[in-house]
This record gives sequence, structure tokens and C-alpha cells, in this order.
Amino acid sequence: MRDRIIEIIGTHGKNQGALIPVLKAVQRMNPRQYIPQEASQLVARIMGLRESEVYEVVSFYGEFSETPRAEHVIKICDSTVCRVNHHRELVDILEHTLGIRVGEASRDGKFFLEYSPCFGACDVAPALRIDDKVYGNLDRDKLEAILEAYRR
Amino acid sequence: MKKNVALITENFHHYIPPDLAGYKHFGGFTALKKALALSEEDLIERIEDSGLRGRGGAAYPTGKKMRQSKAYQDDIKYLICNADEGEPGTFKDRDLLEQDPFGVLEGMVITAYAVGATHGILYLREEYAHLLELLQGAMAAMRREGLLGQGILGTALDFDMTIFSGAGAYICGEGTSLIESMEGRPGRPRNKPPYTKAQGLYLKPTLVSNVETFSAITAIVKHPQGVFTGYGTQKSPGTKLISLCGNVNNPGTYEVPFGLTLEEIITELGHGVAGDKGIKFVQVGGISGPLLPRACLKMPLTYEDFDAEGLSIGSGAVLVVDEDTDILDFLDAVAAFFKHESCGKCTPCREGNRQLMNILKRMREGTALPSDPENIQRIAHTMKYASFCGLGKTAPTALLSAIKYCPEEIFMRRGQ
Amino acid sequence: MDLVNLTIDHIPVAVPKGTSILEAARRINIDIPTLCHHPDQKVKANCRICLVQTGADQLDTACSTQVREGMTVLTTSKLVRETQRGVLELILANHDQDCLKCIRNGNCELQDLCERFAISRGDLEIIPPGDRAVDSRPKDLFNPSIVRDYAKCIKCNRCVEVCREVQDAGILSSAFRSTDYMVQPAYGKTLDETLCTYCGQCIAVCPVGAIYEKTQIDRVWEALDREDRHVIVQVAPAVRVTLGEEFGYEPGTPVTEKIVAALRRIGFDKVYDTDFTADLTIIEEGYELIHRLENQGTLPMITSCSPGWINYMEGFFPEVMAHVSSCKSPQQMFGALSKSYYAQKTGLPPSKIFTVSIMPCTAKKFEAGREEMSYDGVSDVDAVLTTRELARLIKEAGIDFRGLDGDDFDSPFGITSGAAAIFAASGGVMEAALRTVYEVLTKEEMPQINLYEVRGMAGIKASSLFIGDLEVKVAVANGLANARKLVEEVKAGNSPYHFIEIMGCPGGCLGGGGQPINTDKTVKEARMKGIYQVDQDMAIRKSHENPQIKALYEEFIKEPGSPLAHRYLHTHYKSRQ
Repeated sequence: MRDRIIEIIGTHGKNQGALIPVLKAVQRMNPRQYIPQEASQLVARIMGLRESEVYEVVSFYGEFSETPRAEHVIKICDSTVCRVNHHRELVDILEHTLGIRVGEASRDGKFFLEYSPCFGACDVAPALRIDDKVYGNLDRDKLEAILEAYRR
Repeated sequence: MKKNVALITENFHHYIPPDLAGYKHFGGFTALKKALALSEEDLIERIEDSGLRGRGGAAYPTGKKMRQSKAYQDDIKYLICNADEGEPGTFKDRDLLEQDPFGVLEGMVITAYAVGATHGILYLREEYAHLLELLQGAMAAMRREGLLGQGILGTALDFDMTIFSGAGAYICGEGTSLIESMEGRPGRPRNKPPYTKAQGLYLKPTLVSNVETFSAITAIVKHPQGVFTGYGTQKSPGTKLISLCGNVNNPGTYEVPFGLTLEEIITELGHGVAGDKGIKFVQVGGISGPLLPRACLKMPLTYEDFDAEGLSIGSGAVLVVDEDTDILDFLDAVAAFFKHESCGKCTPCREGNRQLMNILKRMREGTALPSDPENIQRIAHTMKYASFCGLGKTAPTALLSAIKYCPEEIFMRRGQ
Repeated sequence: MDLVNLTIDHIPVAVPKGTSILEAARRINIDIPTLCHHPDQKVKANCRICLVQTGADQLDTACSTQVREGMTVLTTSKLVRETQRGVLELILANHDQDCLKCIRNGNCELQDLCERFAISRGDLEIIPPGDRAVDSRPKDLFNPSIVRDYAKCIKCNRCVEVCREVQDAGILSSAFRSTDYMVQPAYGKTLDETLCTYCGQCIAVCPVGAIYEKTQIDRVWEALDREDRHVIVQVAPAVRVTLGEEFGYEPGTPVTEKIVAALRRIGFDKVYDTDFTADLTIIEEGYELIHRLENQGTLPMITSCSPGWINYMEGFFPEVMAHVSSCKSPQQMFGALSKSYYAQKTGLPPSKIFTVSIMPCTAKKFEAGREEMSYDGVSDVDAVLTTRELARLIKEAGIDFRGLDGDDFDSPFGITSGAAAIFAASGGVMEAALRTVYEVLTKEEMPQINLYEVRGMAGIKASSLFIGDLEVKVAVANGLANARKLVEEVKAGNSPYHFIEIMGCPGGCLGGGGQPINTDKTVKEARMKGIYQVDQDMAIRKSHENPQIKALYEEFIKEPGSPLAHRYLHTHYKSRQ
């Protein structure tokens, strides 16, 4: 882990302004998409920051997770537009198909389900994101096909 | 009046980004050439004359902002394109970046020339990470063609730009919070003074503008004087991008001239409410905007008409909500959003949102206290007048407007 | 100077450009309420209580808003009053209100606001009790010095700033957002899991009862109650010019004799002066410096009296360990002597002697608990009370402090010099040491013993002095962020100095984390003035002229740096990294 982090910081620089890009890369390199405590301590040490400064950032931003998630993170928009477009049905399908509740990882470690604030896909609501990719105008068939593609 | 126009969006679907040759084919970078032929002074005057106002929500006159920025001389001056489009119900900036990124980036170079900026940064929200590659490609293409870097188009203009990808925080749409996050800290707003224009990113002079504002600058400079101002009204010249969404048949980004009514936007552009249901209300300007009842839909979309009613066009989101929606459920989504996104720094926003959530929960469960209507007013008052930044000040707007327009639906629910 | 004209509550006032509304109002005796604002800190504007009206429908925070020409400010309009009450209501909705049990009851900035806004009269607390959401993280009680009570935190961030910027420890985060927002160490650690220096500056700036010292008052009462305990007490130099503040005296008023009298009344068997071992420290440290100077030892040598500094060094700069004097602090020298020399002299077994210190410091509690600071399983110092705790002890004992007649310290640890007294102020140890080193090395009387260059509140002070042919270069730092600047040079090997004094707290011990609360720079300056007056008024002003110190060497230690000195008066350090 140490070598990977040194490499990441080598790419982005040690300036505090590089902290968010560095943390994003550190999270991405982790197969369960989170920032373990040891990783943020290493980032602090190598960048010459206080651990408290790194932790402030990790704990503040929605994208960072202190706890393990999964190979793919499914983010369901929970904001107004998706609500009026019946996002609840999406949640039900996902929870049922994956056998987990929002805030949990599927047993195979493949998917983690979480709510997200609006990600600007209101024109195709109800929508969700899997990692960085956005899927809109969803219904049961589409959703199941998408999940299947990720399972493969 | 033409309802759906294509000025800022004129290149949509005409080329496939990041195909720079395609963009050039439709007149791309002629605006930049024209701008570079003008003096900085004349260029700023041109923007002032267009009456363009900031499209991020605050609607500050763009030309005036450029003039102020120009006055701060330093070895480094940052120009930031605020693509932290976090306002729920808003996606027009996403469309601009996706469909016509060069239009945005060209506007940035033009602005850099006008104000003397040396470094450009496009602050892309985490949620738009899927656009990162496209935008990097667009910037690289510009660099290859001498449209970014040293001596742009053979002039003395040196300007280049990078992308900063956010990490998920609505508050970073606020300029100083955005800067804080770029400096590697939590996105909590700064005290002013110092003002961003004088001491922003790394305490250097910094100009922050919205994506659509840059696109509009490109359109204004590209076309002969009078084209942009030929649209809209006297006091609200030009066009505005609308993010139309919710329970409408045809949601999407629309460019409309100022002066169109909400009803026209919904029925003629959005093809009416899905399933032929009635409209319960429309939320304008994003989640921080008010809920307007059907009676308000005749109101023309102009700064002056909205100002007169104490409303704001905000980011230009128009969220249509049909009669089947439970208003308390909707308000709960609004309150939950703000409770999730408050940065925690100031008391009124941090604690006020928590209290409003508590009251809404009681209302939904039919266990509201007799004092709750008054509690809402008092807490909302405190948030509006005492919050540190716009987030807390506007968080209670939707709730207050709902109480104003349909109190019976909010206060009458009783527990089973 | 550019003056700006404005009116506040219809009173015209002209103030320099850049002045805040808050300062402008204070100039004309208008006291705008504040909570997060602290005179020695940056403007925060996060509590939002200091609202003033600046337009028909516009409120601004007075602390963060600068005056503008022609501005009309109202501080008590209906809009202001109503909104301020609303803000206070929301602060209280997130604050544990067991004021009666709170350590800051009667000395709390939030309580003062409640009084001011007459919450007893109004309907301020209309938020239903069930909606009050007090942060439920358990108290951090796991170190000997500092308690953090999360239920009382109002998120003003003063402690974060002092920890990060003044003390350079930076162990606190403003973590999470919205209702989860919390001031805490990274990953929710307890303080003992961090590199906290226990300096207690966070306590000194906390407006409420969210941070306070871990008290040992009960331990002291318990010892006093036991017939089979011989309970002795030592009083640190800096306590005598600050304790008075707790009893209504002006800052800087020396109340030494009253302290002695009070402690005797409380029932201590003997009342001694840490100044005595401060003199002893000067002898040991002075000889250590001479030894290093004469034998090409590791230079610069850095003082070791401040346990906040020692914790910081062990945590952040263990590389400079060899530079730090091996002398124990005066508190621990006293403790060690109390269980050895004093035990022999009195014939009491060390285990029956209970040694209490009165210290301006919270880190002293941690220091007393270090394992190096005990011998044969007997702690050198058994309990440490801060200046604040001493005030509480005196109040608990029902003593009318102001009415007390003065009393003198007991012998043998009661005769002291002015050099020891000035240990309380930043620069004092340096000045005291040079008074002795000069005369020992030159065998001549020092022409000017007041070293003004190393006095005062400046964060870093430097000077030099010819001792014989040698120009001794010295520097003094107070506050750990200032210390860091000198230590970085030492670490890099390019420090120009021979001798460096470091005190962990701003101003030195008189600004310590155990001192009376609600202090700003002006209070510290007054305390400093007081302590130099104490020095000036002493008959003996040089440590090596203290006859009792000479006797101690003759009877017990033999000579500075002797094996016995090393056994009782010196220590060692270890890296915390």
C-alpha cells in the first residue's frame, strides 16, 4: 500500500491542494472503495500534513468512505426529482435483487448500495450511478440487465 | 415569441465532442479571435452592454464582475469555471459540458483575456466524473491547436487550464467553499473580506463563474452586437437555459428567451404533465427555490418579475410536481437534502435544518405539536437572517412557500 | 490613517478602515454579545450571535463585518433581538444543559449569554425537549490531564485553532458535516491515542465546559483525611500571580503569602515552594550547559521544564532529543527530593509522604504520572492540581481568601530566589540560568542581571551575552508553533544558538493551560509584570546564592551532575512516534 500511495502522491504532488485528488486515487486503488485509516495516516505523513487535516477532508466529502464498501458502488439518487419520479420502486428492486438494504454490501462483495444527493440526471429520472457511470430512465427490466452485466 | 431557441446551445448535436475541427466548422473560436482583436476594455464593455448576469444563481452582472476582477493585478490570477452543479433538478451545465464543451472553454479563454487571468481551472463536481475524460480531451485538443498555452493564436495571451474534480459536496457550489476544497480542506465557506476577486485561491485574485455564463460569453462575442439582446426583455436580455424535469412528458435542457411563462415552458416545451395529471406545484431555481402553485404559472420568467415577487430564478431549474405527490414527502426530501449537505460550520444552518427535519417528521406522522407552525416560522427566520452562507439562508425557502400557498395540506394531517 | 465614519445605534463614530463593527461598537461602550469570538484568535463568525442590523432587512455578524463609510448599524433593533434569540435557542438545542453540575458553572460564556437574553423571562427554550439533540459521544476521560465532554461542545472551533496554529500539535479535526459535525481527533480517537501534548491551551480558550482538566481534588482531600499520611504541597512560580484572579484580584497581583496561609488552613502538613527546586534546576541545568560548552557537547541545549514542550518534542521532534537538557522539571525535582532527602531528614518512609503540586499546567499531571518519575514504585509527585483547582479547593474549604493574613513557606524548601520566580514567564529560565552561568564561569558579579531582551510576550526572542571571551547566543520561544521554528533549525543542524528556552504555552507558564480562564494577551502581560516585580523585590535574585540550595548540595547531592543528582534530578526521554 505504501508504495502505491507514494506513487500516487508522486503524480499529484505534495501540496495540500493535491489532497482531494490523492485521496480519490487512494480510494480507487482499494478494491472495496474506501480509505482505510492506515492509508490516510500514510497520506498525511508523506504529504507532510496532520492526520487531523486529512481526516477532516475524508469525513467531509460524500465521495469518501471510511468503511469498506464493495467492488461497485451503486448510488441511488434520493433527491426531490427522483422522488417524484418514484425512485422508491428502484430501491425496492435493488434491495430485493441484491438481497441487501441500502448501506450494505452484497455477500459476494460485488455491490454496495447507498443513497446519493442529486447527480444531475433529472432529465432521465429515476436514475442511479454505478461507480462513475450514470444510468437513467430505469425500470425493472433495464435495471436487472445492468446488474447482470456487472455480475459477469 | 419563439419558445425554444438555439444561441448558447446552437452547437448542440452539430459536432461530437471533443472534435475540435467539428466545432470550428460551426464557427468555433471565431468569438475568441474577435475578442483578441478588441481591447480588454472594449471586450468588457461588450459584455456589460449585453446585460448578461451570472447564471449560477446569484445573477450578479457579469461585465461588472469582470471589470472588478481586472482591477486586481498580480503575477497569478485564477479563473475558475464553477461546474459544481449541485442544485437538485439542475443539469443544464452538464448538458453544456457534454454537448458543447468548447463553447464553455472558449468563453473561459475570452474571459481570461479580458481580466488578465493566468491560470484556468474547471471545477468539475464528483458526480460528473463521467465527463472528465471528454473535457480533458477537449483541453488537449485546444492545446494542440494553440488555443491554450503560451501565446494563444499568436497573441501575447498566455493561459492554460486544468480540471479539478470534486469529492461530493453541494456546498462547494459556493465560491469560497469551492476554493477551500481546491486547497485540500473541507468545503466550508470563508469569511469575507477578503473577497475572492482580491484574494481567492491561494490568496491570489480569482474570478469564479458558472459554466453557462462562459457559454453565454462565447455566444455574445461570436454574434454581432444585438443578437443576444434581441432575445428577452429590456431588463432581462438574452436567453436562459432551463432544466425542465419532474412529472413532465418531455424533460430536458431548453434554451428559452427571458419572458416566457412557466406555463409555456411546461406545456409547450415539456409537453405537459405526464399521465395528463394536474400540476400540484412547480419548484423553480432548484431545491433552494420556492414551491409555486398553479396560480403562479402565468408569471413570465424574467429577473424583474421574479424579483417583484421576492423570488429567484436561481440556476434555472423547473421541477414540475403532479397532484399525486404528497407535499410533506416532498418537503421531507428537501429538508433531508439540506440536513445532509449543511457544512456544519454555523449554528443556524446546522441546528435549524435538524429542527426542521424533526418538525416535518411529526407532521408526516400526524403528531405535530400546536406550537409547530410557529416553531417553523421562528427557526426559518433565524436560518434566513443568521446563516453564514446562502445554503442555510435558502434552506427553509421551499417549506415557507408551501406553508404560504397550501397551509391546509401541511398542517391538517392528524395521526391515525 | 483612513478613518471611516458611521453610526452605531445613532451614535456617530469614526474608526480606522478595516475595523470590525464589533470593535467599533466597543469603542463607544456598546457591548455586542459574542460567543465564538476570542480576542487572540481569528474571526470565525460561526456562532452567529453577534448579529447587527445594517440595512432595512439585512443582518450581519459584527465580528466579521468591516465598517463602511456612512454605514448605519443598529445593535438592539427588534430584528436583531429576535434573531439573536433564535440563534441562542438553536445553540441551546444542541447543548447539554446540566449547568448545575458543570465545571464552568458561573464562568461560562454561553451561560452569560443566557443571562443577558433573560431566558428565564422569555420563551426562549420552546424547542421541545425531545428535539434537543446533544452529541452523544462519550466523554474522553482516558488521559491524566484533559477531559473532553462532547455534549457541551458548541463547535466554535477555538480549540482547533489554538491546537493547530498556536501549538502546532494539530490533533483536532472539524470532522464531518451538518448535524454530525464534531470537533474531535482524527478517526474519533481519544486524546491518549494521539500526540496530544496535554498543554491545555484548548481548555484556556473553550467558552463552555466542553474541555477541562481531569481533577485530582478528591485525591487530595482523601490524602488530607488520612491520619497516616504526611501531606506536603509545592506551589509553582506562576501560580502566585494568577490565583488572585479567581478571587477578584487584578491579574498579576502576587498573592503568595495568602496561598501559603490557605494551604495551611486546608490542612497540608508542610507548604513548600517549587521556586526552591527552580533554583535547583538552574544549578543543574547551568552546570549541564557549562559542561556541554566546555566539552564540545551537543549544542544548542534546550530547556526541559515545560512538560507540554517535552511531550511535543517526543511526539513530533524526537530527532532533537539529545539537545534537551536531562534535568527534570522543578516539579519533579521537588517530588524526587520529597521522597528521598526530605524523607531521610524527617525520618518518614517515602510511602507515607503524599506530595501535592499546585501547577499552572495540565501537562504536569501527565508528567507526574510518567513511569520515570517514580522510585521503587513510589511516585515522586502524588497529585497535581491546576491553579483553577486550587481556587476550587480553597472555596470548598470555605476559606475567605481575601481576608486571610499572609504566611511564609516552610523550611527547608521555602527559601528561594528571584531567579526562580521568573520561571513563570517566557524567558525567565533563560535569564535565571544566565545569571548563574555567568557568575560561575567568570567568577565575577554580573553587571546587569535584568535581561530585558528575553522578556516580554513576543513568540521568539533572541539575544547574546559575552561570558568571558565566549559570546553565548541564546533564544527563547513560547507557544509550540514558535518553538517549532527554532527546533526545525536544530533538527537541520543550522541553529546559531548555544542555549534555547522553550515553554509550551504562550507567554510561558503564566499563560499555562491550568491557569484561570478567560484570558487574553493583556491579562498575560499583566501577570508577567507581576512576576518581574516579585523578582525585583526578592532579597536573593540568583539561584546559586540561595543558602538552602548550598546546604542541599553539602548535605545530600554533593555537587551538580553527581551520581546522586543523576539519580534524583535528571531524567531521559523517549520517542512517541
